[in-house]
Amino acid sequence: MAFTHKHLIDISEYSADDIMLLLEVAVKFKEVNERKIKKVPTLKGFTVINMFNEPSTRTRSSFELAEKRLSCDSLNFGGSSTSAVKGESLIDTIETLNSYKVDMVIVRDKHAGVPRLIAEHVDAGVIDAGDGKHQHPTQALLDLYSIWENLGKLEGLHVGIVGDIGHSRVCGSLIPALKIMGATVTVIAPPTLMPARPDILGADYVSSNIDEVLPELDVVYMLRIQRERLEGAPYPSLREYNLLFGLTQARERLMKPDALICHPGPINRGVELDSYMADHPKRSVILNQVYAGICTRMAALYLLLGGSDDGLTA
Amino acid sequence: MKDSPKSTPDAKNAKSAQSNAAVMDAAEIERSLTRIAHQILESNHGAQNLALVGIVTRGDILARMLAEKIAEIEGSTVELGSLDISFYRDDFFTNFAPEVHATNIPFDMAGKTIVLVDDVLYTGRTIRAALDALTDFGRPAAVQLAVLVDRGHRELPIRADYVGKNVPSSKEQNVRLYLEEVDGTSSVEIIDIQPGTRASSAPLGGE
Amino acid sequence: MALLLKNARVIDPACKLDAVCDILIRHGEIVEVGKGLSIEKGITRDLTGKIVVPGLVDMHVHLREPGQEQKEDIASGSRAAAHGGFSAVCCMPNTKPIIDNAAQVRFVTERADEVGKCRVYVAGACTQGLKSETLSEMGDMVAHGAVAFTDDGCGIHTAGMMRLVMDYASMFDKAVMSHCQDESLVGAGQVNEGVVSTRLGMLGWPAAGEEIQIARDIAISRLTGCPLHIQHISTLRGLDLVRAAKAEGLPVTCEVTPHHLILTEDDIGDDYNTYLKVNPPLRTAEDVAGLIQGVVDGSIDCIASDHAPHAAWEKDCEFEVAWFGMTGLETMLSLILTKFVDTNIIDYARMVEMMAINPRKVLRLEQVKIEAGNIADLTVIDPEATWTVTKEDFYSKAVNSAFLGAELKGRANDVYVGGFATMEEGVIVE
Repeated sequence: MAFTHKHLIDISEYSADDIMLLLEVAVKFKEVNERKIKKVPTLKGFTVINMFNEPSTRTRSSFELAEKRLSCDSLNFGGSSTSAVKGESLIDTIETLNSYKVDMVIVRDKHAGVPRLIAEHVDAGVIDAGDGKHQHPTQALLDLYSIWENLGKLEGLHVGIVGDIGHSRVCGSLIPALKIMGATVTVIAPPTLMPARPDILGADYVSSNIDEVLPELDVVYMLRIQRERLEGAPYPSLREYNLLFGLTQARERLMKPDALICHPGPINRGVELDSYMADHPKRSVILNQVYAGICTRMAALYLLLGGSDDGLTA
Repeated sequence: MKDSPKSTPDAKNAKSAQSNAAVMDAAEIERSLTRIAHQILESNHGAQNLALVGIVTRGDILARMLAEKIAEIEGSTVELGSLDISFYRDDFFTNFAPEVHATNIPFDMAGKTIVLVDDVLYTGRTIRAALDALTDFGRPAAVQLAVLVDRGHRELPIRADYVGKNVPSSKEQNVRLYLEEVDGTSSVEIIDIQPGTRASSAPLGGE
Repeated sequence: MALLLKNARVIDPACKLDAVCDILIRHGEIVEVGKGLSIEKGITRDLTGKIVVPGLVDMHVHLREPGQEQKEDIASGSRAAAHGGFSAVCCMPNTKPIIDNAAQVRFVTERADEVGKCRVYVAGACTQGLKSETLSEMGDMVAHGAVAFTDDGCGIHTAGMMRLVMDYASMFDKAVMSHCQDESLVGAGQVNEGVVSTRLGMLGWPAAGEEIQIARDIAISRLTGCPLHIQHISTLRGLDLVRAAKAEGLPVTCEVTPHHLILTEDDIGDDYNTYLKVNPPLRTAEDVAGLIQGVVDGSIDCIASDHAPHAAWEKDCEFEVAWFGMTGLETMLSLILTKFVDTNIIDYARMVEMMAINPRKVLRLEQVKIEAGNIADLTVIDPEATWTVTKEDFYSKAVNSAFLGAELKGRANDVYVGGFATMEEGVIVE
């Protein structure tokens, strides 16, 4: 099978076969990560730039580890040292990066559409590590991986996503990805946290009642709730959010026996999840997701940098 | 191992259209493996502390067949592992194939004598990659190499300790092992390769 | 100095004129309109095949001077206006500093006299600094030439402030022109709320954020009697509110931009083309169909460009960082001709109503009729000229037009302001 993508920006550009290949290669990288020496020389000589224009410890760490374990040379660019602080335009910054002759740019930015803008200005490939409220495709891949690993399939599953759907780049990639893989998606949130048109993302059902939907779900995907100030918040209190939408021990009786709990982290204990559910030994795959992040990001780097010339036709 | 399976009907027909010459049949393969098993045991003074690691996609099957033979002869089992060298290749740029096969080394390599098993020894680059890979799993006491076919044309200072058959071939030819288990029939064949394509092992399940 | 324009098709619905005839101009004034005219001394131009209409007015442009000359200035913006077929424009007060006092009005007016290539009318700010806090000195601004008031660029925040503005303005017989945007609903909205905001993962600018202020301002117009002009209307329901107000007999008018008549939110693709970032945002196909209906049935009074030039670096950036607005002076007439007149959705007379007669009414300007005794502000159109919109063709400093590459038919050939050509054969007369 051929894998011809250069960028990972919009998950909807990937077919079910592309995504399955990524997951299968991620399994092989999981094996590497189980070794005592967790590093392979595969991408020796490749240069990857981690351009994190907004703070992100987890995603950046995960990418960095993936790069190091593939023997890439990586450069962290961003944070308080970004040129934006000095008034340079993003395009000038990108052109500068391009002059460094790099092979891949991993980009996190608070503005939607930035990865595409970068792809237009660099020769390198681009991986979207989260752009504004738009997409976060590697998060979707690691989520798919965790679900697939634990339930053995994706097609036909019913996944419920609960929380701030409207401001979630995770949803922007995860919902389309689940649809590509043949799953059914229900989004569950108060209307104040819903996007204007959840159907446009691909959601099959929209609900504001978690208790009605829980018995149907194979996967309950809890999103992080921002602990914002109360004034103008889209819910009256964290307490009420937890009462209406929190996945609590009391709600377990509504869940299918083998239904999984996912969360992109970091968790707000006592808000979207209580500790019983967050740490549930059978259901919670939250730490598997973190691990899957390394494996799937290694797979993405491996496949995207693999070049389009598959001269192996014997 | 190093292939991009293109299982199109056309490719299947193309295979039969090529001028194939069988250089080993099933019986000869069987006899060679039996001999190699005896040689391994002889050189290593038995099966103690011995482990076989086959390079996917056919070396791992050969390794298993060798392990079975060793068990028959010696009455004791040896450790068995499989190795995919995709992550260690030196031709990532030019001959990238997206599929990666399973690596499975279910034992501690430290202190063991490892016999690497591959189907066809050619340039030696696969073995170079495999040696790198092995090192990442631990520090074996020794590494030996068993191949069913040595077709020459080495590009690196590598030689096999155990060889089923030396098959002189030209660089314009491909030497391929087919195994009943995955290909329906067992044989070693010399195939003329199309200009511009590359010698490599047959994709699992035929072309 | 005599000028004779011969053999053009002259269209002016104000004097029920649509005929091939000649126009004789002396000392900047039309002295005779008729067939077979001739002069002994002066210039005679044969305009066979061309169309002459009253000088077009773009009643909503941003000339950016003073303060933002990297985007545009009065010299370049007024040349763009002439190049687009306009004899006059009305410029918005959101310059730096804001045009909220007589000195600023005078600056723009005098600067336009010095370097301009069209008549430049100034709309003063309703509130000081566009802050919705304190009334600006409207009376003094009127005394120095301001033709209308607007806080264009933002809505007036509260109903109470809008009531003060319209109550006060009503003594000057000037329209209060309202940019309808409820900050509490719109916030940092980037694109129309709905399909496009969800698809692109950006904050939505809901239609309701515009419609609420249209409804509010109509109610305050009813309360105060102040003439109200809704700027760049973009939604179907907003237009219905204006229709109802007109039916009630309130002094309410509205304008629409070419981009809100031609483009929809669906045109914003995943390339995040910042030239399509406008305020109010591009709406749905249903809204566009509704607005076109309003152009046809007369419920929309004016077409104005909301010419919003920006420097390249202010648009070549992240969508959410980019400034709102696109240019329009040099494409508007051709777009309307190509999309609506050439397709027989409207006729030339209706175009003239919306781009010359009604803007002058709203701005309380003296009408220009093509009959003896009127100022010779005229636009000559070549209805058959076909051209492609390119950056190189613009006289504007800015190139942020969503219509680059568009193939258009019909464009301004000449413009006369007070009998003097500001553009002749497509070239600005310096």
